[in-house]
Amino acid sequence: MRLPDLLALASRSVFEARTRTLLTLLAMSIGVASVVLLTALGEGARRYVIGEFEQLGTDLLIMLPGRTETTGGPPPLFGQTPRDLTIDDSQALLREPSIIKVAPITVGNAPVSHANLEREVTIVGSTPDFFPIRRIRVGVGRQLPDIPADRQSNVIVLGAALKQELFGRHNPLGRWVRVNDRRFRVIGILAPGGESLGTDLGDMAIIPVASAQALFNSPSLFRVLIQASAKEDIEAARQAAIKTIRLRHDGEDDVTIISQDAMLGTFDRILRALTYTVSGIAAISLAVAGILIMNVMLVAVSQRVAEIGLLKALGGSERQVLRLFLTESIMLAGAGAFIGIVLAGLGILLVNQLYPGFPFAAPLWAPLAAVGVALSAGLLFGVLPARRAARLDPVQALSGR
Amino acid sequence: MIELQQVERDFAVGDETVRALADVNLDIPDGDYLSVMGPSGSGKSTLLNVIGLLDRPTRGEYRLNRTPTTTLGEEQRAALRREHIGFVFQAFHLVARLSAAENIALPMVLAGIAPPERERRVGEVLESLDLGDRASHRPDQLSGGQRQRVAIGRAIVMRPGLLLADEPTGNLDQHSGQEVVQLLEKLNDDGITLIVVTHDSAIGRRARRRIRMLDGRIDSDEPEDAPA
Ligand SMILES: Nc1ncnc2c1ncn2[C@@H]1O[C@H](COP(=O)(O)OP(=O)(O)OP(=O)(O)O)[C@@H](O)[C@H]1O
Ligand SMILES: [Mg+2]
Repeated sequence: MRLPDLLALASRSVFEARTRTLLTLLAMSIGVASVVLLTALGEGARRYVIGEFEQLGTDLLIMLPGRTETTGGPPPLFGQTPRDLTIDDSQALLREPSIIKVAPITVGNAPVSHANLEREVTIVGSTPDFFPIRRIRVGVGRQLPDIPADRQSNVIVLGAALKQELFGRHNPLGRWVRVNDRRFRVIGILAPGGESLGTDLGDMAIIPVASAQALFNSPSLFRVLIQASAKEDIEAARQAAIKTIRLRHDGEDDVTIISQDAMLGTFDRILRALTYTVSGIAAISLAVAGILIMNVMLVAVSQRVAEIGLLKALGGSERQVLRLFLTESIMLAGAGAFIGIVLAGLGILLVNQLYPGFPFAAPLWAPLAAVGVALSAGLLFGVLPARRAARLDPVQALSGR
Repeated sequence: MIELQQVERDFAVGDETVRALADVNLDIPDGDYLSVMGPSGSGKSTLLNVIGLLDRPTRGEYRLNRTPTTTLGEEQRAALRREHIGFVFQAFHLVARLSAAENIALPMVLAGIAPPERERRVGEVLESLDLGDRASHRPDQLSGGQRQRVAIGRAIVMRPGLLLADEPTGNLDQHSGQEVVQLLEKLNDDGITLIVVTHDSAIGRRARRRIRMLDGRIDSDEPEDAPA
């Protein structure tokens, strides 16, 4: 039998059983579309997170107080609480040639009020270096003053949304706001529309780190951001930072340093695994659709017994009958997959229209794999019905026995 | 040229065996015209199916055009059916979703013949069957007699040497049945070997050679002019 004839014959029978075909196409296309869309979602999340990290620069180290057990050693026997990570510790790092900028950070939540308006926001205490390191821009006014890091100063930089809440359209520069029971003078407003690592920069305020420590009564820093002098110096900066802290902490390695790169890699791996898992789960629906194809084809075989007998009487061999029915299964799977890809494409277009900022796109392997799995399911689950058709005894098939 | 030697066909029904054909010996030269008659269950259809290579004898030898067939594989038997044998059934067995022309073309599709050649031959066959204006009709748009004529067209489109008809008039009224028989006889006149199974003795008597089956055996085998 010639291939075009095989395809024509198979498609005639597929179109003949309209309802069954439509249901099968529906199941298969939903399966394929969900694989592609979920993969696009996972991949979008990954690209989004990676993009956020890369915005921060890959020459960044983050120092946390306390030792996380990454070396696998046993925890210390005597309950040593880690030493505080102090502002002085952070400033000592600046003496290292491989380290160019350092931003000590203290974080807390506090109500910020002006007149009778009040709003609870995140308060970040840091130094002027915080702005370039986190690539945060000041829209109006000034950033934090260049004073020694351990000096308090009652000045505050407001996020754009916070400013809007408290002052509306009025100019807040030089005005006073209250944070807890302390008064701070507004010296700047962050540029609007910023977001960094998922924190909304609009809904926050930045004050000098020493003031934040006093405000939250926390002697230890939350984090120290360290910028290496160059990307190549990142390892040297890490070693230098460890050495500096060890010297200052009586020989104890009681801080943890995470490199931006390592974090990036970890997130990358986690989100990739997540994407694979989600698309794998969605692929189960393809198997379900495959089983539906098997069911539909078994019904088709039992309805077309006489026709199969006839094909054999006309000189069709078992192999030809097998191929004919396999082709029908694969056609169902292929058409369903095609519709699914189109649906997924429309879905991706739609989501991109609705959320232009989110990098929602399926990697090329997703539609290829989905179509591949769909066709394999059609083939695999088509074998049983096709074999049943091929093995029918023509005499019995024709007599309707 | 058909040669059956001591052909038997057993069917297992539960624990018992039903012998549908018993010690059948039959030689049919090319171009012959046979009718097969006999009571229901006497083995007429089974004989036709064995001759048509749809069924295999349990014992005995069947040679078609001098080729021993009992040892052939499925693929080869299918090829012999395709090239040398045409079937006409009581129930027509047309494919409902295909037009008359497409039904007639079906054996050529299975044989892998290219579309231009197919079209040419289908046109010829439709013309010779007086169905030229019915080419695009589907079976449910045709009368019984027309359906059987389409089925005959399908049986002869591969130009087989042997035409097997199992009660071809069984589902037709007298007039259409008459037409179908005349058509089959005309094909026989043109050289095809024709075997017709029938319950209708009026039709059976028209054959040059008449076979009567009884309990799976050939009860009588007589030429046209022999005394009944
Ligand atoms: N597949 C089968 N399984 C069991 N028994 C069968 C089978 N096919 C035929 N038989 C038996 O073989 C015998 C001959 O059957 P066959 O169909 O050849 O009869 P027939 O002469 O064509 O009858 P009818 O005139 O009713 O068509 C019958 O007894 C039938 O029951
Ligand atoms: Mg019969």
